[in-house]
Amino acid sequence: MQLKPPHLSFHPYIVLMGMGLLIIASFWSLDIQLSKLLSFRSWELMGKFFGELLVPNLSGNFLNKVFQASIETLAMSALGTLIAALFGIVLALPASKTYANDPIYTRTITRWILNALRSIPELVWAALLLISVGLGPFAGTLALALHTTGVLGRLFADAIENAPTEPGDALRIMGVGELKIFLYATLPSILPQLISYSLYRWENNIRAATVLGVVGGGGLGQMLAFHMSLFQMQDTSTILMTMIGLVLLVDSLSYFLRRYLDN
Amino acid sequence: MISVSTPLYLKDPAWHSRLTLAILAIVLLVPALISTEFKPWVFFEAENLKVTLKFLADFVPPNTKPDFLKLVAIEAWRTIAIATAGMVLALVLAIPLTLLSTRVLSISALTGRMSTFPFVIRQAIRIMLILMRSIPEIVWALVFVRVVGLGPAAGVLAIALTYAGMLGKIYAEILESGSNESSQALLRNGASRLQTFFYAVLPQNSNELTSYTVYRWECAVRSSAVLGFVGAGGLGQQMDNSMKMFNGSEVATILIAFMILVALADWFSAQLRKLIS
Repeated sequence: MQLKPPHLSFHPYIVLMGMGLLIIASFWSLDIQLSKLLSFRSWELMGKFFGELLVPNLSGNFLNKVFQASIETLAMSALGTLIAALFGIVLALPASKTYANDPIYTRTITRWILNALRSIPELVWAALLLISVGLGPFAGTLALALHTTGVLGRLFADAIENAPTEPGDALRIMGVGELKIFLYATLPSILPQLISYSLYRWENNIRAATVLGVVGGGGLGQMLAFHMSLFQMQDTSTILMTMIGLVLLVDSLSYFLRRYLDN
Repeated sequence: MISVSTPLYLKDPAWHSRLTLAILAIVLLVPALISTEFKPWVFFEAENLKVTLKFLADFVPPNTKPDFLKLVAIEAWRTIAIATAGMVLALVLAIPLTLLSTRVLSISALTGRMSTFPFVIRQAIRIMLILMRSIPEIVWALVFVRVVGLGPAAGVLAIALTYAGMLGKIYAEILESGSNESSQALLRNGASRLQTFFYAVLPQNSNELTSYTVYRWECAVRSSAVLGFVGAGGLGQQMDNSMKMFNGSEVATILIAFMILVALADWFSAQLRKLIS
């Protein structure tokens, strides 16, 4: 038996041709001169550059500084996520319809705010915040908090809307206020979900926090940008290795934690 | 004896754990606040407040001079071009690496354990992929700006390396997650690895592979927009320039352009993925 071809609203070749055009136009308009990039000279340069990166600076003094910066990065991510979780829940309430016929007028506007917060990446937030609070980890923390508030607020609002409504309805019939209903009926049933979303975002934020410093948001990234701009390759190497180590550590921790929790 | 202290119904049965949690929170929070130099009041220092308010007031109305709009449009296109070119190079790297590292195409694994040499090769490639993706693209960009100079080439290379690492990993996972009867049947009957790939493994997983690739392209657009902050071209570089001049109206225009761009990439990729599945 021959299977029918899938029903498509337009021909797949048109899609393929469109993609091909996009790719050709991209390379053509960028004019990146691949031949020059792949020339012997640039390989030599790259080889030299990466060769220098293989020798880290392991002096105790410098390692101590890198350690401090790593702690700063971790603190930024933790605090940013915590603030985001708090604001996320505060914004999720006006963004969610808790029962049928809930005449909630704030839903659309709050969701728009959450969308806007989320659609601007942490790095752009950090660059914007530099203007008001200056260089340093505070700008980075706030940047993480703003972006993550958008992400968590949306997830929390969806969690609230998808929570079972019966316990809340029972209280509502008895004339209990909305805040109490949330605290005693909805929140307990969605709390594990909220915590797991927050932890998941924390994991993401550790990764994001390592690079926020590149635009001036503190932590390891700021150190990296500083030493690299001075061409101190040994210092750069140590910082890069620490970054990789940190990311790998977080990845494997979360992997094993997840596996442990699944069982 | 009847206790005259607090009546039982007012006693909090969970006060032990509440107190412990509160103390623990303070112990953890204070060092974090100090380490991140958490000083919200700097917002309200007269000097900072003046600059911020002036910058924000400048946001309205966004800059809509034709010259500037044209510039933003060009940079927006370059952002997409960097993402697309980066993805193409990432695919060029990721496909052979996936073929070399996936367990599905192992012939020695057909009969018990994989032989030592292929096992070592596969693990080495896996570790290489991990290294490629565990350095964030903006750090790669920072490195490549030093090597190939300012401009889109650094952005393209940065996206190519990071995304090759991610694609290689996910492709291998997709290939290994499907049922492997057909590929095993081909391999056992003497088909070559490439034949097995093209006639069994690829057709089985092509939908999932394409849809993941399209999704990654969408992510690449998002990240290429920020790579400009380290000098790798595109919208980010324009935003960096405008921000350094405290030009709020230009920043507002670029932010709006950025949101439209991301929304478009989002929509486009969603449509394409719907078409595939």
